[in-house]
Amino acid sequence: MVNSLELINIHKKYTNLMAVNDVSFNLPTGSLVALVGHNGAGKSTLIKLMLGLIRPTSGEILLHGQALDTKQAMLARKKIGFLPESVTFEGAMSGREILKFFARLKDADIKKTMQLFDLVGLEYAIDNKVKTYSKGMRQRLGLAQALIGEPDILLLDEPTSGLDPAAQRHFYDIVNNLKSKGASILICSHALTELEAQADMVAMMNSGRLMVCATMDQLRKKADIPTNIRIHTGAGASSKIANKLTKNNIKPSYINATYIDITIGTNDKMAMLKQLSNLDDNIMDIDVDAPSLDRLYAAFCKVEEAGQR
Amino acid sequence: MRQILIIAAKELRDGLRNRWILATSILLAALSLSLAFLGSVPVGEVGASRLSITIVSLASLTIFLVPLIALMLSYDTIIGDMECGTLLLILTYPVSHKQLILGKFLGHVTLIAIAIIIGYGAAAIAIFIVGEHIAIDEWLAYLSLLATSIMLGAAFIAIGYVISVSVNEQTTAAGIAVGVWLLFILLYDMALLGVIVADQGESMRASIFNILLMANPADAFRIFNLTGFSINASLSGMAAVAGQSALPVYISLISLAFWIFAPLSLANIIFSKKEI
Repeated sequence: MVNSLELINIHKKYTNLMAVNDVSFNLPTGSLVALVGHNGAGKSTLIKLMLGLIRPTSGEILLHGQALDTKQAMLARKKIGFLPESVTFEGAMSGREILKFFARLKDADIKKTMQLFDLVGLEYAIDNKVKTYSKGMRQRLGLAQALIGEPDILLLDEPTSGLDPAAQRHFYDIVNNLKSKGASILICSHALTELEAQADMVAMMNSGRLMVCATMDQLRKKADIPTNIRIHTGAGASSKIANKLTKNNIKPSYINATYIDITIGTNDKMAMLKQLSNLDDNIMDIDVDAPSLDRLYAAFCKVEEAGQR
Repeated sequence: MRQILIIAAKELRDGLRNRWILATSILLAALSLSLAFLGSVPVGEVGASRLSITIVSLASLTIFLVPLIALMLSYDTIIGDMECGTLLLILTYPVSHKQLILGKFLGHVTLIAIAIIIGYGAAAIAIFIVGEHIAIDEWLAYLSLLATSIMLGAAFIAIGYVISVSVNEQTTAAGIAVGVWLLFILLYDMALLGVIVADQGESMRASIFNILLMANPADAFRIFNLTGFSINASLSGMAAVAGQSALPVYISLISLAFWIFAPLSLANIIFSKKEI
């Protein structure tokens, strides 16, 4: 797979802090990668390094195969869209003036740029001063700014903060549309649940280190966190089904009148489902609660911290 | 060059939007008109023209006012953008640190030039309208005053950029800007006078004194405008100084040009190494 952005053995050291420690990371073309980690994990520093705002202490960053400090990479910035964590614009300027200014810097088509107001749902406030915008409106203007010039790399830091649920869904529609056109997207966020459903790959950072970068399935297999299966039973049938489970060497973790919970290893999931589907006619439904991104992140952090001790 | 012009145009629009140009032009026009029509009254029947008197008065006023205006315009240009977060975003665009500094400089110098031309030009136009005869030499001296006032403004804008890229907080930059103004405009000359008085002319030669004067852009401006034209020198009481000055008058212009390019280059070097 071709990589839009490559980080090779990147270190970034401040006086007393190793903010990024030996990180190698690729952003494959046409993919959406989620970069997750708690505050101070090094996510924003990594994004600043990718944008060339700060220089790595050691290591190399390639943008479309070119070193980041070359003239070609500077020109390639026309095709990078960035939305910072707390996007700020000059309050005295109108939304139109701001996007025009940024479009000129990218040498982008002004008419197409103005259409971004419709895309992000800000067309009604195009000539209002930004100081009158709400947080959500500023965030949408920030997104419109990041989309100027149809970027092929999008780096978005906490893009959905301040957006209501409907606006969040609309945001991911826009992002997925760009992805389908071949854009490479990196989203940095604390909203792990919403990222889980969107990301092709998840990169996890902790204390400046990249712990893992893989698909959700790969992460679940690697973390090997138990999966919870809830068996919904017909009225009064739960104890009968629980007995059958015990006879088949399956130990329920919780039983009540209407459902039974069992906990299994991630790799045993399919075999267990096949077994349960033929077990009893009184099994009405089965829910599989696969480990969420939150749990996976916590599990990887635990392993990392245990390894450092 | 395109990126530099885009950034310069934005600074210019900002100056128009926040009425900086309007306020500064009105201030300078009010002062220059006052000097032209009220400041020339005490001269009585000496025979000096109103424009010449205005030039000498404006030159003295410029030394205090233009550096202050320039520093107020420039001290927070980088640190202010950095603190409010807009700098981070701009630098992710295809704009180098150098293009950003040069664009801002071009925009700010244009702003100050417009304010000076409108403000000081108002006095010249008013004197012309009241029908007073103005000699070619006086027009030349007036145009030189305008040009060197803009150069002085550009020098202090560049000095303001050095402050702006060197600090980590806007309030620190404001404090340093006031200190720099005091140093160049008041303390430097007082220190120089103190040295001369203490030395009693024994070891400090005139040539050293001249070089020390040229080391301050405000003094270079003063020397150029008060001794560079005979009409000004006689009115400002500097005719004797002009006659004995060891340095040719164009050295003042070189000094002003140095004070534009050296701080601008320094600001660019410091900014290029700065991590946002």
